[in-house]
Amino acid sequence: MSVELLNFIETVLNGLMSGVMYSLVALGFVLIFKASGVFNFAQGVFALFAALTLVGYQTGQVPFAHLINELFGTNYHNWYASMPNFLAILLTMVTMIALAWIIERLVLKHLVNQDPIILFMATIGLAFALEGVGDLMWGSDVKVLDVGIPSGGSIWLEEATIGLAAEGSDYYGMYVDVLNIWATVIAVILVVSLALFSQYTKTGRALRAVADDHQAALSVGISLRSIWILVWAISGFIAMVAGIMWGTESGVQFSLSLIALKALPVLILGGFTSIPGAIIGGLLIGVGEKLAEIYIGGYFETGALENWFAYVMALVFLLFRPQGLFGDKIIERV
Amino acid sequence: MIYKETGQYKSSYKSDHAIFPLLQDKIAFSTLMFIAFLIIPFVINSYWEKAILVPFLIFSLAAIGLNILTGYCGQVSLGTGGFMAVGAFSTYKIMTYFPDMNIMIIILISGLITAAVGIIFGLPSLRIKGFYLAVATLASQFFLVWLFNKVPWFYNYSDTGQITVSERTMFGIPVTGAEAPSYATYLFCLVLVVVLSFAAKNLIRSKMGRSWMAIRDMDIAAEIIGVPPLKTKLSAFAISSFYIGVAGALYFAVFLGAIEVTESFDIMTISFPVLFMIIIGGLGSMLGSFLGAAFVVTLPIGLKFLMVDMVGLSAVTAKHFEITIWGLLMIVFLIVEPHGLARLWSIAKEKLRRWPFPY
Repeated sequence: MSVELLNFIETVLNGLMSGVMYSLVALGFVLIFKASGVFNFAQGVFALFAALTLVGYQTGQVPFAHLINELFGTNYHNWYASMPNFLAILLTMVTMIALAWIIERLVLKHLVNQDPIILFMATIGLAFALEGVGDLMWGSDVKVLDVGIPSGGSIWLEEATIGLAAEGSDYYGMYVDVLNIWATVIAVILVVSLALFSQYTKTGRALRAVADDHQAALSVGISLRSIWILVWAISGFIAMVAGIMWGTESGVQFSLSLIALKALPVLILGGFTSIPGAIIGGLLIGVGEKLAEIYIGGYFETGALENWFAYVMALVFLLFRPQGLFGDKIIERV
Repeated sequence: MIYKETGQYKSSYKSDHAIFPLLQDKIAFSTLMFIAFLIIPFVINSYWEKAILVPFLIFSLAAIGLNILTGYCGQVSLGTGGFMAVGAFSTYKIMTYFPDMNIMIIILISGLITAAVGIIFGLPSLRIKGFYLAVATLASQFFLVWLFNKVPWFYNYSDTGQITVSERTMFGIPVTGAEAPSYATYLFCLVLVVVLSFAAKNLIRSKMGRSWMAIRDMDIAAEIIGVPPLKTKLSAFAISSFYIGVAGALYFAVFLGAIEVTESFDIMTISFPVLFMIIIGGLGSMLGSFLGAAFVVTLPIGLKFLMVDMVGLSAVTAKHFEITIWGLLMIVFLIVEPHGLARLWSIAKEKLRRWPFPY
């Protein structure tokens, strides 16, 4: 195989893996949008909040330490030195479920039957509030998140591919981050278990019923409120997984919440209402971005296409298929 | 009692079509204009100018622009920051190429350039709507900011990537640059805002404005009764972008003086706050644009005063608190009054009409 071809394969591979990360975030969006019709802008901040909380539990930080110290002149910082990963993740999950419950109680309940744009703005408010609370609780410094997922280049893959190039060429094998491989595995497990859950359990079926038709679901005795709490909790859980992955890769900091903006083109590409759409859209965007960076980015001396390339890609796509790849067909009546 | 219309008869079409049909409104408006033009310029100081009045005027203009698009024509846009950046950078480039041109003309031309850009980015609205469109407008935000950040021609190859305004005068008094006196920048913005708001108000009451609202309320029905969607949507994008572009030009030339595009026109610092202004103020209301802008501009100042000066928190913690309270207020507002401050005002008017004998 020629070096060009191998490089191409490497790029596609890396693109697919970063696409999985996008899909993880987009999945949370789709679940909430389907079940409650809310376009949840706070999904990215969910991921940030989950990651912050996880680090906080792990290192035993005192919540609101800065605030308490400043107000009362005390000097609290840590309760304990460390906590097992498993326990910390479990506690974070409980926190995210509690958060979902609080959101349903304090926000969603009061906004039933409002315009979608109002609900959207409310989630922007939620994003601001949650970001502020996260910073107040755990401090805004960049934190290192380590839950034992290995990272760095995969030596095995590098050695396996080094022989593929033609004899005598300068080829050092493919570089793929182990973290990304783990992310892919976890994402696949997550999606399969979600699919099984919604296919074979009673709650899962109720969830699908609500997504299909709110009123029909209500009339057969499904409680909308509990389903909403459940959906927001699941999204919180997915956000936690995304937060762990992104946090391990680049540290837990404010920019983590901006992955929400990365996931939006995935959503319009895949359609707001389709779970397979979110996954395939994510993969397409991931691959497209990486390929563009390498094959088109060279023509602009400035580079850094990744901020907007995904959007343009999604936009061009939308011109041909306004409902996205797998979105419900838009039928309009006067 | 205070707000009664009894005895005020409209005997001609002209008086029926007046912007302020009631005497009370006319008095209130004239008083406001009197204070704004003849009192504030004499008492204004640098703090009031930089912290409150000029940003309020500029953001009112941006809010009017977005309100035309989102409130009146129903096309949700998240690209306000990008369009404001177009206005700012056009001003900068025109300033460098035509050093003798009047600043007012430069700013209006920048508005026209932004309008042209707005039309281009409005094209997808013909195919897509709702949240798909909202996300699509984000493309303009990211693309434009990237363009101004990465193509050196736009910032004249300066090392920092910053653009800085040079001094320009109106009637011999500098209105841009560091030397401009407070009253001059304030009056400059005020004149533009008053003239453009009247233009917007009248546009909205014209055939064009009515077709925007028809498209907003039900686009298919509007098309069937003969409102051309292409012309209507694109004109809304163009005029909205014109206002936002002028706001961006003022933001750069008069208010900040020197900007760095990724910081000054970020989605978090411009696009969302302006969207919030029109929602908190009232979608589809001119008054709402002003009320929303006033609210959004003054709230952080009030919060900072309360927390840093009164309670004594450190600036960082206060900032976090501010974000939290900001978010919570947004939610509370949307729950309590989703139609915004303008609605509260009309309820108040209704109450004042019968006060103090409501029964």
